[in-house]
Amino acid sequence: MNDAQMIQTDVSSVLSPEELSEIDAELAHVPYKSGAAIDALKIVQAKRGWISDQSLQAIAKYLDMSAEELEGIATFYNLIYRRPVGKKVILFCDSVSCWICGCDGIKQKITDVLGVDYGETTQDDAYTLIPVPCLGACDRAPVMMVGDDLHTHLDEAKIDALFPDKNKKAGGNS
Amino acid sequence: MEKVLTRNIGADLQPTDLKAYEANGGYQGLRKALAELSPKDCLDVISGANLRGRGGAGFPTGMKWSFVPMGDKCTPGHKYLVCNADEMEPGAFKDRLLMECDPHQLIEGMILSAYTIDADISYIFIRGEYVVAIQRLRDALAECYAAGYLGDNILGSGFSLNMYIHPSAGRYICGEETALINALEGKRANPRAKPPFPQVSGLWGRPTIVNNVETLCNIPHIIDRGADWFKTLGVGEDSGTKMFGVSGRVKNPGCWELPMGTPIRHILEDRAGGMQDGLQLKGFLPGGGSTDFLTPDHLDLAMDYNVIGKAGSRMGTGTMIILDDQTCPVGMVLNLIRFFAHESCGFCTPCRDGLPWTRQVLEDIESGRGRAEDLDTLAYQVSYIGAMGNTHCALAPGAMEPLQSALKYFRDDFDRHISGGSCPYHSHTRQGA
Repeated sequence: MNDAQMIQTDVSSVLSPEELSEIDAELAHVPYKSGAAIDALKIVQAKRGWISDQSLQAIAKYLDMSAEELEGIATFYNLIYRRPVGKKVILFCDSVSCWICGCDGIKQKITDVLGVDYGETTQDDAYTLIPVPCLGACDRAPVMMVGDDLHTHLDEAKIDALFPDKNKKAGGNS
Repeated sequence: MEKVLTRNIGADLQPTDLKAYEANGGYQGLRKALAELSPKDCLDVISGANLRGRGGAGFPTGMKWSFVPMGDKCTPGHKYLVCNADEMEPGAFKDRLLMECDPHQLIEGMILSAYTIDADISYIFIRGEYVVAIQRLRDALAECYAAGYLGDNILGSGFSLNMYIHPSAGRYICGEETALINALEGKRANPRAKPPFPQVSGLWGRPTIVNNVETLCNIPHIIDRGADWFKTLGVGEDSGTKMFGVSGRVKNPGCWELPMGTPIRHILEDRAGGMQDGLQLKGFLPGGGSTDFLTPDHLDLAMDYNVIGKAGSRMGTGTMIILDDQTCPVGMVLNLIRFFAHESCGFCTPCRDGLPWTRQVLEDIESGRGRAEDLDTLAYQVSYIGAMGNTHCALAPGAMEPLQSALKYFRDDFDRHISGGSCPYHSHTRQGA
């Protein structure tokens, strides 16, 4: 989208009435509109999976912010996605306790099975693999989340069981 | 030992609902405070109990609260009580348990804390990945509003409080309280300069208290049963109980409520079951990824803030990470420095540029490309980045703690990487591959 298009973004043609009403509910709690910036990004992402340039422009306009300022916020937070992601995001813990318990090997296994490295999405758009700060389940290391589900005590057999229809031929794209 | 924080947490790890929580003495502390105690009375009890912050710093909770302007000394407007439930310290997994299994204990603690500082709005700032805890807290909040524990005129006392859950959009730095406040305000989570301190000017410029989950979970019990009772719970110099955890290659990793001052040996050997077969203890981080290594020589120390401090480390979160003799200490420190370099907010130069530089030096050493002078570089980085005052917040100095202590205790391992041109633990790094 070029600058001229951005300026002309019509908020209501981009964001749905449902999204706007949820953002309005957040605006009721904050003393100025930009205070709801992260909430608004999360609301839109929950519906669409990620934050496109167009979504970002529309949210910024609705919150009386510059797109640049909102972009600075959106790119700061690791759970806001500025690129399309698969239907489920795999948040893979590579922090210290999981590392001690062998997570590097599990990561390699996932890459072999799904054909994707960090930041990549499987060709069928099912999964995006992303590293995440310590998931707070270190007593059950190695761990990861697939969508909303926490998977613990990971080993190669569990990876095979989780992704039964995948094989090494599946290619990744970024 | 009497279970306090985990009294409602059973082996099945199911959440305690309002009915079960009340049946086990829940909300008695709140009823007592609203009926009999003024906010000043509550503050005196908490101060007298010598409760220290369980998030890592160990700052006395009563003193923290005492800086909040009260009554005529406070300009008209909101005051905020924020629960820091952004558990992201590498190796820390205690708050998850408290929130998933006994959400009402946290909520009661927050209501009492808000009453003490006269806050009318409270937030639970929780990391977005804690999906189960978020849902259980939402369910518990709904129960509280329905029962009159939250909202207007709580239990007919005239005190009103609203509570909101704010699932975070991520980043480790949000655990720093002023960064957390910026995140709550919808901004990038860069820490703020202090002063002003949040107690005076925090969320939206108003007086704000930010406390860790475990700290707040202690409040109902202290108010209900008194400061003297709380002080009897510790077996060392600190008061109360503590959630201690052990992770790494031990037989029975986990998290247990034990008296403050419990010897490290008891936690590691009796609770965690000691090392897995074939492994020896080489060292451990006593309280999460940003604390200094201790060694088997320290096993008989008490887990008290000052005792661990005098030994050259910090109690931090109380969740220990174990280094065994077949895991590379350089690799472990590299993993931690990689984490902190990635999680730097980028605001100040020593952190934003210094941590990646440190990471690069460690990567060289770990991969066998290290040179003898690299150890001088690491020592310089520790002294410069690790010095409070050179950085905007405590993230980078915290990152230097495992590195500086690894250089002290495991110097031979660094030397062997450099002289041998490879990692002597290489077989471990390939494990599972």
